[in-house]
Amino acid sequence: MATSTTWLLRPLQERSTQIFLGILIAALAVVTFLHLAMPEGSALHVSAYTVTLLGKYLCYALLAVAVDLVWGYLGILSLGHGAFFALGGYAMGMYLMRQIGDRGTYGDPVLPDFMVFLNWDSLPWYWQGFDMAWFAFAMVLLVPGALAFVFGYLAFRSRVTGVYLSIITQALTFALMLAFFRNEMGFGGNNGLTDFRDILGFNLRTDATRLGLFIATGVALAIGYVVCRAIVTSKLGRVSVACRDAEARTRFLGYRVERVQLFVFVVSAMLAGVAGALYVPQVGIINPSEFSPLFSIEVVVWVALGGRATLYGAVIGALLVNYAKTVFTGVMPDAWLFALGGLFVLVTVFLPKGIAGLLQKRIKRKNDDDPVKPQEATA
Amino acid sequence: MSILRSLTLLLIALASVLALPAHAQDDDPGKEMLANLAEAPASKVEEALNVIVNSGDPRARSWLEAYGNNRLSRVKDTGQVVVVLDNRGRDWEIADPLTGENLGEMSRRELDRVAINNAIRGQLEGILAMLDLNAADPEVREASARDMMGKVDATLVEPLEARLEQEENADVRNRIEAALAVYRVGEGDLEAVEVLAGSLHPGARAALNNAASGDNPQLAAAATKALTSIEQKLKMNRAAETLYFGLSMGSVLVLAAIGLAITFGVMGVINMAHGELIMLGAYTTWGMQQMLPGQPGLALLLSIPAGFLVAALAGIAIERSVIQYLKGRPLETLLATFGISLILQQLVRTVISPQNRTVVTPEWMSGSIMVNEALSLTLNRMYVIGFALVVFAGLMLIMRKTRLGLEVRAVTQNRAMARSMGIKATRVDILTFALGSGVAGLAGVALSQITNVGPNLGQNYIIDSFMVVVFGGVGSLWGTLVAGLSLGTINQLLEPWAGAVLAKIMVLVMIILFIQKRPKGLFPQKGRAAEN
Repeated sequence: MATSTTWLLRPLQERSTQIFLGILIAALAVVTFLHLAMPEGSALHVSAYTVTLLGKYLCYALLAVAVDLVWGYLGILSLGHGAFFALGGYAMGMYLMRQIGDRGTYGDPVLPDFMVFLNWDSLPWYWQGFDMAWFAFAMVLLVPGALAFVFGYLAFRSRVTGVYLSIITQALTFALMLAFFRNEMGFGGNNGLTDFRDILGFNLRTDATRLGLFIATGVALAIGYVVCRAIVTSKLGRVSVACRDAEARTRFLGYRVERVQLFVFVVSAMLAGVAGALYVPQVGIINPSEFSPLFSIEVVVWVALGGRATLYGAVIGALLVNYAKTVFTGVMPDAWLFALGGLFVLVTVFLPKGIAGLLQKRIKRKNDDDPVKPQEATA
Repeated sequence: MSILRSLTLLLIALASVLALPAHAQDDDPGKEMLANLAEAPASKVEEALNVIVNSGDPRARSWLEAYGNNRLSRVKDTGQVVVVLDNRGRDWEIADPLTGENLGEMSRRELDRVAINNAIRGQLEGILAMLDLNAADPEVREASARDMMGKVDATLVEPLEARLEQEENADVRNRIEAALAVYRVGEGDLEAVEVLAGSLHPGARAALNNAASGDNPQLAAAATKALTSIEQKLKMNRAAETLYFGLSMGSVLVLAAIGLAITFGVMGVINMAHGELIMLGAYTTWGMQQMLPGQPGLALLLSIPAGFLVAALAGIAIERSVIQYLKGRPLETLLATFGISLILQQLVRTVISPQNRTVVTPEWMSGSIMVNEALSLTLNRMYVIGFALVVFAGLMLIMRKTRLGLEVRAVTQNRAMARSMGIKATRVDILTFALGSGVAGLAGVALSQITNVGPNLGQNYIIDSFMVVVFGGVGSLWGTLVAGLSLGTINQLLEPWAGAVLAKIMVLVMIILFIQKRPKGLFPQKGRAAEN
């Protein structure tokens, strides 16, 4: 037990992790202070709307960290991480749906509104247990984890890698999107799950709950970051970087490449699930559009912009792109796709190491020989 | 002078020809027939009608229709029979049934309706059908015989049999025999069951069904047997139809994927903007039709080279501006080209419209070929299948038989070696990418005929296209063809019992599982090219 905790806590002694956590905690504290202490009309006041928006960004940041873990340190470009995010979101959404109880439009004590509307007479088996918070929260981790396990087991065992893997992850999320659009699936079809009221007994529409969710997301991001750091600095992390740079050689050295890949992939999927679960109560809805291939690939570009294989770069990228998206779609919605498309092109052509790469060049840190940094592609 | 005179003569001649029907009225046999009908007592009406039917007069149908609709009247004073065009108000508008000439309005008190009783009215439909059976055009006869299925009653049997004796066209004979057989099965005729055994017409099945559940055990047994053979035939036809739909869907997939098979399969460049190149081809077709209004067929034909050119140029632009800098970094290429696809989509939304555009299908492409009663093949799908095969054959030729194809294969197998043999690798890259992109444009031209042309057109096909290429085996054109056609067919086979969406999901899952089993696809590359 002692070894496992030290293994997890070791990143806390790293300088970069300390800086990251310091900034994150400071930001959480500042936002909380400005929200609570400043009077409503003041220029410094942070509204509940903004708090929720920031909470949403933090969810995206956690998702980006999860993607960076597999792309940056394992070399697997997943174009389907949105699927794990959405599955986590649906697990949380199902819990929140059951919390509505008889306060729905149709007043049915057990069935959610859309099921009454579709004339279902009882809960499907897979909705059982979601009225209990512990069960739902466990599912947030287990459902994406299980899907990643099955998918990864099949894929890595037969050595599907590179572009093939990217394309079939995209097909996976596309297939799930089509499936969740169907009313017969029992997840609300097109409209998804919405009209949530309570979480753990707290009213979702009060400012205090929103602030609580924001802080919880910040904490989840901090934990997720530390877990990822712990993985990538461990022996297993070294092997996974080796898989990324020279898969065949690693295999010849006697490592079970597919086990390493599977482990990292499953952990990443679970992190994505947690991000989705925290996202849903803050935005108040989950629907199949979260499964869309476009969303998943957007996440990848956040990571690319921030800089892969740095983790903190993924956070920076997610925050920047989403802030830009909020601004753009508000001011001139037509230009957003131009900007996003341009970002894809410019980052890959001119900024292969992302913003983190620029920062590292600027700072010229002394640990230049960090073995975890991405190598130039070896063909 | 003489010219003027001959012109005048011509005019006079024309005028007299035009006036001829009016003059000929007196000795027109129709006049007598109509007068007979109008004056016949109830017992003789049928006889009078038969005279009209058997006369072969081309106007007979219009007379009988007017008669059935209570529009045939007699002018009280003159005894002339007229057709009432409009019977509202006090004055009715009438016309001459012999010439069709409008005779103006006449007070309804002056007119005497030619009476028709319900028994006659009931027969009239059959009589009208008989009328078409006497037509000169065998196709009209066949159509009318087909319409008679299930409508034959006791009164029609005799004239139909008489008609059958005269009929020379085998198709029409078969139809008439079948129509008679439907009636006879209803009467309990065992032999007639045999006649119907091969028919796919719903009327035949209805008659046999009735017989199968009837009281006569012998007849019921025979009918049940005949029904099973019909069911078998129908099943075959349904299978043929599914196969046809599957092939047409598959050829769409092949068209969409075959360009990708060049850029991704042969060059190893992941072009996520491939779907948008397809979209450009489709919009080219739309633009052509806008430029050549009223000539959709010509515009479509011109769009084939134009669509190729537009997409190929766009492809060259993409290759030169982005892809060449990302050589050897497939994942980055994927992201960058995805960005390009977003830009192209938004460009179309901003410049043209976010709404779908309609592309007209030329006449020679619409309609369908009817193979039999249960199976008809739509023409536009037929054209798409043909087009896909032609494009495939063309690409095969280019890759196998031309200098360019040879150089492309050389560069993909060993770039350094090819270059040292004097092949300009960069030029080959550009040309190959242009070729793959141009083919995407061709796919767009074809797709514009069977689906909506909108900014999302490409997005809907990109995942499918990649699936086809990966399923078929990267680098293998044959693999792409086989994979596309079989995926289309499998999808169509699953659709009836799983629904469209579920079928698609099942196909996707199937491919995902298949790739686990055979990561290199159906037709994996062998030899040196397979090393990487």
